[in-house]
Amino acid sequence: MQNAFGQPQTITVLGGTSEIGVAIARALVSPVTRTIVLACRDVDRGEEMAASLRDGTVTVDVVHFDAADTGTHAAVVESIAAKHGDLDVVVLAFGQLGDADALAADPEAAAALTHVNMTGGVSASIAVANRLRRQGHGSLVVLSSVAGERVRKANFVYGATKAGLDGFAQGLGDHLDGSGARVLVVRPGFVHSKMTTGMKAAPFATTPEAVAAVTVRALRSGRRLVWAPGILRWVFMVLRHLPGPVWRRLPLG
Amino acid sequence: MARRALSGWGRTNPTVAEVVDVLRSEVAATVKEAGDRGALVRGLGRSYGDAAQNGGGLVLRLQGSASDAVLDAAAGLVTVGAGASLDDLMRVIVPRGWFVPVTPGTRFVTIGGAIASDIHGKNHHVDGSFANHVEQLTLQLADGSVATVSPTNDAELFWATFGGMGLTGIVLSATIRLLRIETSRMSVDTQRVADLDALFATMSEGDEAHRYSVAWIDLAAKGRQLGRSALTRGDHARFDELPLRLQADPLAYGPRQLLSVPPLVPRPGVLNHATVAAFNEFWFRKTPRSRVGEIQEIGAYFHPLDMVGDWNRLYGRPGLVQYQCVVPFGQEDVMRRIIEQLSAAGVASFLAVLKRFGAANPAPLSFPQPGWTLALDMPAGGQGLGTLLHRLDTMVLDAGGRNYFAKDAHTTPETVRRGYPRLAEWQAVRRRVDPLQGWQSDLGRRLLLAAD
Repeated sequence: MQNAFGQPQTITVLGGTSEIGVAIARALVSPVTRTIVLACRDVDRGEEMAASLRDGTVTVDVVHFDAADTGTHAAVVESIAAKHGDLDVVVLAFGQLGDADALAADPEAAAALTHVNMTGGVSASIAVANRLRRQGHGSLVVLSSVAGERVRKANFVYGATKAGLDGFAQGLGDHLDGSGARVLVVRPGFVHSKMTTGMKAAPFATTPEAVAAVTVRALRSGRRLVWAPGILRWVFMVLRHLPGPVWRRLPLG
Repeated sequence: MARRALSGWGRTNPTVAEVVDVLRSEVAATVKEAGDRGALVRGLGRSYGDAAQNGGGLVLRLQGSASDAVLDAAAGLVTVGAGASLDDLMRVIVPRGWFVPVTPGTRFVTIGGAIASDIHGKNHHVDGSFANHVEQLTLQLADGSVATVSPTNDAELFWATFGGMGLTGIVLSATIRLLRIETSRMSVDTQRVADLDALFATMSEGDEAHRYSVAWIDLAAKGRQLGRSALTRGDHARFDELPLRLQADPLAYGPRQLLSVPPLVPRPGVLNHATVAAFNEFWFRKTPRSRVGEIQEIGAYFHPLDMVGDWNRLYGRPGLVQYQCVVPFGQEDVMRRIIEQLSAAGVASFLAVLKRFGAANPAPLSFPQPGWTLALDMPAGGQGLGTLLHRLDTMVLDAGGRNYFAKDAHTTPETVRRGYPRLAEWQAVRRRVDPLQGWQSDLGRRLLLAAD
């Protein structure tokens, strides 16, 4: 149960090894925080992330979660709630970036990535939404991408999965209206992280910490959609209306 | 039955529950419908935080009025349904020459809510809190039965219900000892007090001579003016104190609302540091340096804010939080540091009040204990307010004090365990009367009241 200042007692990160997910959890920690759950496929890596979060009174629990194994999602969410109480904030942070060139040519790889990012995202979100609806409160944060506005050719398979998830998450938020549960869609631009190491940064590149700060502010003020950094909203408002021939020629990484 | 978002008076942190209006006779059957999120009764929603919410569960709104109240004039007792408000009750009893034993700063609390929070008023230093004046309760228990409890009949459950925040059962009715009054007016002494030291001294010396006493503190004042205040002390006016024109109808009573705040207040609210500081300056200057024996109406003296309906809307979308703590006598330095920190943080509070509590009662979760209590309203959107209040919590607990559940919207289970060392005693009663956790609330979940 979060308090009047929007400070949550429990924070759950699905994709608990995600740097942005963990940064959001860290930014949400306050004196009322009791539990952070990192749910991830690579539990050893999750424990490393957990070590960086353990501090004082906060319990950090690492549980196994595989985004691709959609049949387990409901059970994982319920077991977290059974152990730690109501889910105050859940961050859906998992997602694979993949190799853009390989994805563009390999149907199997493209399908596998889509399964994790899109199918897994939809399944996990619905599992979380069911729990939040039963509680009558709680927030789901879905990490989308600027691709939610327009998919770039440079990484269109990944971009399409994020666009799909973005549309789904906004619809889910609308569907949950009146239930007490909320969905916040976060659209970061290029984020410097291990996922993007070695890639050429796009304009307005940001950091996990900056995305986390934007996310926490948006949660407190009850927004449904937020860009990180905020200026990308205006940039993409222009970009999405560019004629195709211009859009295709843009050097967007 | 309808799914609805409920929040406290502070309008922060709403949750959605199944909400159903019930008569006393329908309570038992309705409670059976509750699922694993349990049931809770809600009165008029004047608790500031999440005390009267039960996200995902069932919330009963017990209907009631004082029209079926039974007044035993010989014994000075009234038996009234728990869904009736103090406002309802006063409209019945004041014209007959009786007053409620305890009233908070609003008339719009139910009898059930007054019991669940064990409310106090400006007379705590003389009369104690609400529990001190209740002879017996009828309580809807989780197992479907109805119990009648009193200080001699299941005293444990009786006392656990005061301050128990609705988690021991649903109060259906209560028998309350009333106060005899000659008139419906108050005789009020008002004085300006220059600073905090003077306030502590003046209240320590003079409070006992009056049934009611409270100081309004200008939190915008700093430095040498820190703690400057308006101290008002009052008593029920005797018939011979009334001016002749009021003696014709000495028990006339009919408080009215002057205006109501519309739902469309600008998003950030209209109460900010500038407007509040201006108001406080005006209020302090308007207070006479010293005035004795002014005749005031009950409503004007006890419930000035009730004249403005829905005043909590003035705080806009972020809502408001109230902070109320008590620190024991002898810890005036701690109270001074708390007021200094609030003043230094520029907290925009136009409703900071200080009063002295008298003896505590046997209820394990009753808030009042002998000492100084400070209560203030603040806009919830203030930067760093959560951190500030946590720091104040630590100061209060280190001094041997505690916070008030009915006002709380921010604190932690650990704070409650330090401030209420008898929590385990209360939990033992709850385990006995509600082993399956049929009664639940957001406050209970947030502060893990039923756990351990």
